[in-house]
Amino acid sequence: MTIDLKTVKHISKLSRISIDDQKAKKLEKDLNSIFKWIEKLNELNTDKVEPLTSIAETTLRFRKDQILSKNIREDILKNSPKDNKDYFVVPKVVE
Amino acid sequence: MTDITNLTLTELVKKIKSKEICSKDITSNYIERSKSSKKLNTYIEETFDDALANSKKFDSKPDLEKKLPGIPIAVKDLYCTKNVKTTAGSKILENFVPSYESTVTQNLWNSGAILLGKLNCDEFAMGSSNETSHFGNVLSPIDNNLVPGGSSGGSASALAAKLTPATIGTDTGGSIRQPASFTGTVGLKPTYGSCSRYGIVAFASSLDQAGPMTRDVKDCALLLEVISSFDNKDSTSIDFKRPNYFSHLNKNIKGKKIGIPKEYRVEGMPAEIEKLWENGKEYLKNCGAEIIDISLPHTKYALPTYYIVAPAEASSNLARYDGVKYGFRVEGENLIDMYEKTRSQGFGDEVKRRIMIGTYVLSSGYYDAYYLKAQKVRKLIKNDFDEAFNKVDAILTPSTPSSAFKVGEKMNDPVSMYLNDIFTVPVNLAGLPGISIPAGLDENNYPLGLQLIGKPFDEQGILNIAYSMEEKINFKLNTSDWWIK
Repeated sequence: MTIDLKTVKHISKLSRISIDDQKAKKLEKDLNSIFKWIEKLNELNTDKVEPLTSIAETTLRFRKDQILSKNIREDILKNSPKDNKDYFVVPKVVE
Repeated sequence: MTDITNLTLTELVKKIKSKEICSKDITSNYIERSKSSKKLNTYIEETFDDALANSKKFDSKPDLEKKLPGIPIAVKDLYCTKNVKTTAGSKILENFVPSYESTVTQNLWNSGAILLGKLNCDEFAMGSSNETSHFGNVLSPIDNNLVPGGSSGGSASALAAKLTPATIGTDTGGSIRQPASFTGTVGLKPTYGSCSRYGIVAFASSLDQAGPMTRDVKDCALLLEVISSFDNKDSTSIDFKRPNYFSHLNKNIKGKKIGIPKEYRVEGMPAEIEKLWENGKEYLKNCGAEIIDISLPHTKYALPTYYIVAPAEASSNLARYDGVKYGFRVEGENLIDMYEKTRSQGFGDEVKRRIMIGTYVLSSGYYDAYYLKAQKVRKLIKNDFDEAFNKVDAILTPSTPSSAFKVGEKMNDPVSMYLNDIFTVPVNLAGLPGISIPAGLDENNYPLGLQLIGKPFDEQGILNIAYSMEEKINFKLNTSDWWIK
């Protein structure tokens, strides 16, 4: 299976990474060579194999629903490129 | 007195406990050497002034009961350090200052260690040569223009160049063991769940593990003992009784069964690696271990599996870098435009490539064909190891299919770069502990490593085998200090 330029642009849209035509062409080449190599997995019949989803194979622990980090709003907002002291500020979403 | 930077971690601890040297002497020696080694580009952030102040503070009231009393240590810049810039080698995090500390680094400071600085790495730990970092590539002290391996390349280089007595890296597909092998140092990836992932910038959460990188096996056992802990803040941390790896370290491996997997004899492997492996078997026999041929039939599927699973998890983990919370933003015409511009300019090419692979294999219509398929093959790979460990106590393989390569040599061919991790990736997929120890030199005098793979939670077992082999191998790392001005 090959990945065409249109698909590359679609994936870039899904990934929220804008790419220009030159980059898209380079990625088309790279992704095709990587996926050609990945196709090797199709040699294996895995119909009766259970997927391995977690290596620990344990159920996740429950924890108490309690707040451990208190009064950290300022600390967290320190890394925001734009804020109004209480909230992160982003471009207007709702008209 | 011998130069302080020539001493191993264990020797330093001993000398500081016997009051032969103080923390300030050690710290200032490492700072001085680090300052004259800028050419290697190992540090992203230096915290030398704080380190010196902390060493003096330690000396004024030394707690000699600690495991790492007053020992300065530089760490991979993938560990969040409170109030110290943490970049993961990425432009998108170039101004990120965490307000929290990773559990693993907290364990270091609780044991008396002092932060020297943050070490360069491949961007988001994605790379095998430390050439994808936004802060420039790292050079290996082994030779001019040679890569140190990756992604913990800054860590390996700083360790081998004696800019830190020991360090910690992270290993998702070989990122501790491959650079250790390339630089003639020791690197251990613990069992998945041994070291907390809390506060480590996430790459692929089902594979990521923190681990020690040191000059010898003794140091490795000591550092592992310090950083391995159960942690409620990591939902996949495993609560098991961690032995005192350092005090239990011994060379009694008589009767241990060591497996040699035939599938690791890959096409095109240099004769010198073959010879290294043969020598390894001889050393083990001389230590009284028994060599047993085994088969891990799905080995050749490990890398393609990894290059579905790891990018899939990465694409999800890296979705958080959206220009809102981590310092870096490129303004756009609207919210989506801001996301796309921020991520386009904030991420480097390799990271973008992997996010796109991951997005594709998880996208509608391809999930079953790729992601689910890879999870099933991952199960088969794990089953191979389970079966092998019914017959053997540990497995011996080369760490890498070749020695270190030149800067730029593999950057234009992603698949050939990925093949570097052919012997290390299966260990991450199966969640097992693995250690790389220096075992010889190639024709250019570049180091070569051997890897020991253990049963889950049997770090002690592989440490003991490595300890026995280390004595027989008697590897000496010689660098000429060519990079020092």
